[in-house]
Amino acid sequence: MKKALRPAFTATIPVLCGYLFIGFAFGVMLRDAGYAPPWAFLSSLTIYAGSGQYLLVSLLASGASLATVAVMTLLLNCRHIFYGLSFLEQFHQMGNAKPYMIFSLTDETYSLLCSLKTPEGVDPNAMRLLVAILDHSYWILGSVIGAIAGGMLPFDSTGIDFAMTALFVVIFVEQWKSSKHHVPAFLGLGAAALSLVLLGPQNFIMPAMIAICVLLVALRSRLGEEVAQ
Amino acid sequence: MSAGRTLAMIAVAAVCTFATRVAPFLLFNGKRPIPPIVRYLGTVLPPAVIALLVVYCLKNVTWLGYPHGIPEMISIVVVAVLHLWKRNNLLSIGVGTALYMILVQSVFI
Repeated sequence: MKKALRPAFTATIPVLCGYLFIGFAFGVMLRDAGYAPPWAFLSSLTIYAGSGQYLLVSLLASGASLATVAVMTLLLNCRHIFYGLSFLEQFHQMGNAKPYMIFSLTDETYSLLCSLKTPEGVDPNAMRLLVAILDHSYWILGSVIGAIAGGMLPFDSTGIDFAMTALFVVIFVEQWKSSKHHVPAFLGLGAAALSLVLLGPQNFIMPAMIAICVLLVALRSRLGEEVAQ
Repeated sequence: MSAGRTLAMIAVAAVCTFATRVAPFLLFNGKRPIPPIVRYLGTVLPPAVIALLVVYCLKNVTWLGYPHGIPEMISIVVVAVLHLWKRNNLLSIGVGTALYMILVQSVFI
C-alpha cells in the first residue's frame, strides 16, 4: 500500500488541479445559496458527483421536490451506468474495497483507472484504491475551502456559477469529438430549447427529457446500426 | 428551508448517484450480455442529456432585454473553441469562468 502511494499521487495530479477548482466553485455556490461549510463537506462526502452537486445547488435554491431531485440526479448521472461495465471483473477482485470503488467511480476516476499503469512491485489493486481515495479527498477539500473562503474572497464572486455551464460545454465538446454522428446532440439542444420557450424555466426539463428518449428510440433503426459497430 | 429538508435532498441525491454507479454491477455479472437497447441508449443519450444541461444553465437568461445573453454566448464560444484547441478541462473552465465574471461585472453592467 505504501509503495503505491507515490505513483498513485503522481497519476492523480491533473485531477487534484481540476477537483480543487471545480470543488471550490461548488463550495462558493453552495455558500452563496445560504448553506454553511458542513453542508459542502456532507454533500461532497456522500454524493461525490461534480455536475450532480452543481445541479443540487440550483435544486436547493429553488426548493425542488424530493422526486425532482431523484429524477434529475438519475438522468444526469445515467452515463455512470456504462462506466461500471469496464470494471465488473477488476472491482470484484478487490474484496472489501469493491463497494467504495463503485461509489467513487466519477468521470475523472474512471478515466484515470482506464489508463492506469502500475509500476513493477506495486499492487495494482492498492494503487486503484489509492487513486480513488485521493480523488475523493481532493473533491471534499476543494468544496470545503470554497465554502469557507467564499465569504472572505478579496474579489466579487458574481458569475462564478458559470463554471457549471463551462463544465457542461467542455463535456459537450468532448462528446462531440468522440461521437460518429451529431443527431443526439442537436436533438437534445432542439428539444430543450423548444420546451424552454413553450413551457418556461420552471417546467421544461422533464418534457424535454421524455421527448429526447422517445425520439432517440424512434430513430434507433437509423442511428442504432452505426452505434452497434 | 429546514435542515431536515436539506438533509433529505442530499440523501436522495447521494442514493440516486450511487444507484447509477452500482447498477451495472447488479445487472450484469459478466455472464449475461448487455441488451442492445441499453447499449444503444448508453451511446446516444449522453450527448443529448449534456446538450439539455447546457440549455438548463441558460434558462434564466434574459434574451429579449439587455444584455440579451451576450456575456453567456461569448463565454460559451470561448470555452468551446479553447477546448477544441487545447483539450484541457481546467484551462477551458477556468478561462471561460474568469471571462464571464469580467463580462458581467465590468462590461455588461
